[in-house]
Amino acid sequence: MNYYESKDLARFAEVGKFRKELMDKFFDYYGAVTGVDGALTKREKSLIALAVSHALKCPYCIDAYTTQSLETGSNPDQMTEAIHVAAAMAAGIVLVHGVQMQNGLIKHDAM
Amino acid sequence: METLELPLQKAQAYSFEAALDSHKLDLKPLSLETLQINITKLCNQACLHCHVDSSPKRTEQMDERTVTRVVEILAQHDDIKKLDITGGAPELNPHFEFVVKEARKLGKHVMVRHNLTVQFDGNPQTGASMKHLPEFFAEQEVEVISSLPYYQEFYTDKQRGLGVFKKSIDAMRRLNDVGYGKPDSGLMFNLVYNPVGTFLPASQVGLEADYKRELKEKFDLVFNNLYTITNMPIHRFAESLKRRGGYEEYMEKLVNAFNPTAAEGIMCRSLISVGYDGRLFDCDFNQMLEMQVTTGINGSSRQRTIFDFDASSLLQRNIHFDSHCYGCTAGAGSSCGGTTA
Repeated sequence: MNYYESKDLARFAEVGKFRKELMDKFFDYYGAVTGVDGALTKREKSLIALAVSHALKCPYCIDAYTTQSLETGSNPDQMTEAIHVAAAMAAGIVLVHGVQMQNGLIKHDAM
Repeated sequence: METLELPLQKAQAYSFEAALDSHKLDLKPLSLETLQINITKLCNQACLHCHVDSSPKRTEQMDERTVTRVVEILAQHDDIKKLDITGGAPELNPHFEFVVKEARKLGKHVMVRHNLTVQFDGNPQTGASMKHLPEFFAEQEVEVISSLPYYQEFYTDKQRGLGVFKKSIDAMRRLNDVGYGKPDSGLMFNLVYNPVGTFLPASQVGLEADYKRELKEKFDLVFNNLYTITNMPIHRFAESLKRRGGYEEYMEKLVNAFNPTAAEGIMCRSLISVGYDGRLFDCDFNQMLEMQVTTGINGSSRQRTIFDFDASSLLQRNIHFDSHCYGCTAGAGSSCGGTTA
């Protein structure tokens, strides 16, 4: 047994075995945000979700939004660009902290 | 070789009749608007998802006697408005042009499932050229319906073979050159999308917009409509799914996506499919599964062919359903004319 089993995604709703009303609120919200076209299309939302899935390293979400991106009409080029956005953001977030490092260097009169 | 049979319990879980019962749907025939004829299994291509298992090696051809009978049936039935000619690559049947011309003389709307590349490949068995097809189609004013699995080379070649995309683009240009897909030409040119893998088609409207934009911007090509079609879990595609252990997951996806509205618009309610040997079927998929049309009751019940074609009994027939029918009822539905919901 592994910590993550792909078939467990289908058991997501079982988290609502206790305090079901909280999971119901979550699923309503989740469906309203991701499941319909709004100011963003379902296709655009799926690509955002795919990028977030990678950024937060959720294997369930990566499986789900790989399929969802295909079924809303995205292609591998677009999906790969989406995860590059996540990767570029992660890299940028690391690098921008270099300013904090430089503040420290200045404080120590080291630059 | 490993067994590809499903356990009985799983087979029952994919019972299409049970889905109809649970939604209180009784899908009886509505009309015989379209006669679809599969006139050859020969094709210049051997595509990954072909439900006919067509290839350059197939030899099945509708013969002259059967083609002549098809024309007779068209002449005798005003209620049959459309002739839908498919294959294989239907142009590779020696009687193809005859049946097109005769149907047009009778005023029928003729649709040809044209794979594009046959224009350049020609007949793989005789070497006969097919370069004249765009002009022939235009003269006869037939509707051309062509598979282009994606507007990019990668997906199209993955499904239909190396080099198919470039050849398809060149063939589309030749169709555009004689007026196909152009506004006000009256020459309808429709494309068919089916997913390259084990997923359902995206929205037909959204994909059509993508195809139109990309094909215009990158290749200056035009077409009329895009039809999205679900991959049918039979034959070559089903075997591929089973080998990769993905058959059950795909079937569950189709079953979970069952849409009663799509089911009401299922194409077999307004179509009869004729095999190369004249046998009648509810659709091209049932044809490939050898599920022949049966009419009559009790002792007089018989399997039917084009030679004992009887419109009134065909309209009263029970359509044969099986698990593959979930392919036509998933999501927005799927038919030879795209979505049904």
